[in-house]
Amino acid sequence: MTTSEQSYPKPADVSVAAAPEPIDAELAAALNELEGGGIGWGETARFAFATLRANPLRTLLTALGVLIGVAAVVALLAIGRGSQESITASITANGANLLTIRSGATNTPGGIRGAVGGAQNLTIADAEALANPEAAPNVALVSPEYMGNAQLVAGANNLNARVTGATANYAAVHNSSLAEGEFISDEHVRTTANVAVLGANVAETLFPDQSAVGQQLRVNGQSFSVIGVLESSGGTGFGSVDDGIIVPLSTAQRKLFGARSLRGSLTMQTVVVQARSAEAVDGALAEVQAVLRAEHRLPSDGSEDDFSVINQQDILETVTETTRMLTLFLAAIAAISLLVGGIGIMNIMLVSVRERTREIGLRKALGAREGDILRQFLFESLALSGVGGLVGLLIGTVIALTLDVTGLFTASLSWDAVLLAFGFALTVGLFFGIAPARSAARLDPIVALRYE
Amino acid sequence: MSAMIAVRNLERTYVTGEFEVHALRGVSFDIQRGEFVAIMGPSGSGKSTLMNLIGCLDTPTAGSYHLDGLPVELLDPMLLAAVRNRKIGFVFQQFHLLARNTALENVALPLAYRGGIPAAERLERAAAALERVGLADRMEHRPHELSGGQQQRVAIARALVNNPALLLADEPTGALDTHTSAEIMALFNALNRDGVTVVLITHEPDVARHARRLLEIRDGLLVRDLPVERWDSSPRGPTRPRSRRLPVRSQWRSAL
Ligand SMILES: Nc1ncnc2c1ncn2[C@@H]1O[C@H](COP(=O)(O)OP(=O)(O)OP(=O)(O)O)[C@@H](O)[C@H]1O
Ligand SMILES: [Mg+2]
Repeated sequence: MTTSEQSYPKPADVSVAAAPEPIDAELAAALNELEGGGIGWGETARFAFATLRANPLRTLLTALGVLIGVAAVVALLAIGRGSQESITASITANGANLLTIRSGATNTPGGIRGAVGGAQNLTIADAEALANPEAAPNVALVSPEYMGNAQLVAGANNLNARVTGATANYAAVHNSSLAEGEFISDEHVRTTANVAVLGANVAETLFPDQSAVGQQLRVNGQSFSVIGVLESSGGTGFGSVDDGIIVPLSTAQRKLFGARSLRGSLTMQTVVVQARSAEAVDGALAEVQAVLRAEHRLPSDGSEDDFSVINQQDILETVTETTRMLTLFLAAIAAISLLVGGIGIMNIMLVSVRERTREIGLRKALGAREGDILRQFLFESLALSGVGGLVGLLIGTVIALTLDVTGLFTASLSWDAVLLAFGFALTVGLFFGIAPARSAARLDPIVALRYE
Repeated sequence: MSAMIAVRNLERTYVTGEFEVHALRGVSFDIQRGEFVAIMGPSGSGKSTLMNLIGCLDTPTAGSYHLDGLPVELLDPMLLAAVRNRKIGFVFQQFHLLARNTALENVALPLAYRGGIPAAERLERAAAALERVGLADRMEHRPHELSGGQQQRVAIARALVNNPALLLADEPTGALDTHTSAEIMALFNALNRDGVTVVLITHEPDVARHARRLLEIRDGLLVRDLPVERWDSSPRGPTRPRSRRLPVRSQWRSAL
């Protein structure tokens, strides 16, 4: 059937419309006119918001899933980022361009071994060889370090703390600055003096009411005088200098821990080397390896080193990577709750379409097109997830800031995390809104109007 | 000038599972601008089916339907929605008002779907339509604050607000008492006198008598088409007994 004329036999009493030609032009104009107009986006959005406002409790409960998800994502990303920044800060605070040499081979690059124990085969002589500018021109400073644990007693206070035997170079290599007093000097090392520089927390614990400098304390039963207190580094991680004390290297080796001797020279676990610059780190690494292999009389046939060198940069990368993975993992779990929130929205929207079947039928009878209904319901689910997302952002931010203020975590908010969480919430709302909106748009108005 | 409604051999077959229900089996008639037509017929005869087709809510299985010169059976759903919005006003037995909205907002709804009319003008026109049905003092009331008759007036105002070519009502008085029905019919009469074309479905002869022309449908076919004055309300054709057993039994008894 192409024209209506052919589709029925003309009854005699019915006047047939005039010739088809002018009608076609008229018809085209009429159809054109009908195609124009239609409800605008703003009005459709207003219908959607009116529905949400009409049922505030349901709106709130539905948005709650997304709200919690977004809050969790924002808070966890902020905490992850904050932890990463504080760890990075505490690593770089130790000093840049550092190579840490430890006794014993490590097979895993960047692996961190226990500081105490293992065969100690780094010697004073090794450290002196590294300090020779002719053998190692890229090396600026060398800090040999002996580490042990000891019982510290001062009056009625005592604690077990890490004791680092160090030379005068330690302060420069590790960027340590003194809150008061002075640092270990070459003279102290030469004379095996019983002097100690305390970490900030140790000073606070042992001498809570007075200045520590000039006071006496007992380290493993021996009497030491406090000559200085380090400034707090703020780091709370493992082996932070705040929780230890520093004594002259010779004192640690001979008087406190009885370091063994190798090739006629006393040993230690660690030698920290500072390269002249960031660019010099690779050169310094090669020099360190060459010097130590020569010192240790290892054949130059590519056999394994009996020491390991850890690049500061490697540690940083490892830690950054680890915290990043952890953050992503936590955020993924939070994102799953966001997804569950999206399913909640879909559920309520499907119920809503059911409940409002007659309303949908009526709107269609009054001239709403499929697209108009689709948009109205999509707006509703988008508004649900959007409102949930916004409030979630607010709550997540408050949680992160609160944790930061209480000092439990360091939290660092970032725009990209906030936008990511909100964008994900909107995507979830849109995605889970499609199915209900389509089922609403496709309702047959006749059936819908009769729906009980 | 061509007819406002030109229906030719209109058929509508519902297919449910393996069954086919021939709700309309070829109906032809014209309705001119300004007419007041009542469609009557027994339950299940196809009145609502016909009304849905005239109202562009449904498309025929066969036959043709021109509304105001538009070949409705050829239009796509988008255009049908536009036709419903601009050319047709619906009045339903159940009123179908949005419970959350005021009378004024309910009446303004079709104007929103028309588009391009500022909100203030929409409300102005809605207020004018409410005045026309005598509800100027109830504009801010919600449906549950109105009587059934008032709700139906709001629905009629909503049907009028777009100045449609055609007012369609499927049993508009079906949910109302006799007195209120008479009022609503008086309103339809008044609107018709003002030039609105009215087509309504009813079961009640009292209601049908307000119209000026009567179409009677039976089993999907148009069986009568006549001016109301020539209509005797006595049902025509074979009246089916409600139960077959009763007469047979009485015959058997009288035979005793
Ligand atoms: N959606 C549908 N699917 C299948 N059959 C239908 C459908 N709608 C109506 N019918 C059938 O079509 C026939 C005509 O129905 P219609 O609703 O037009 O009757 P009516 O004259 O309006 O009756 P009433 O006076 O009871 O409202 C009936 O047999 C009905 O069962
Ligand atoms: Mg019906």
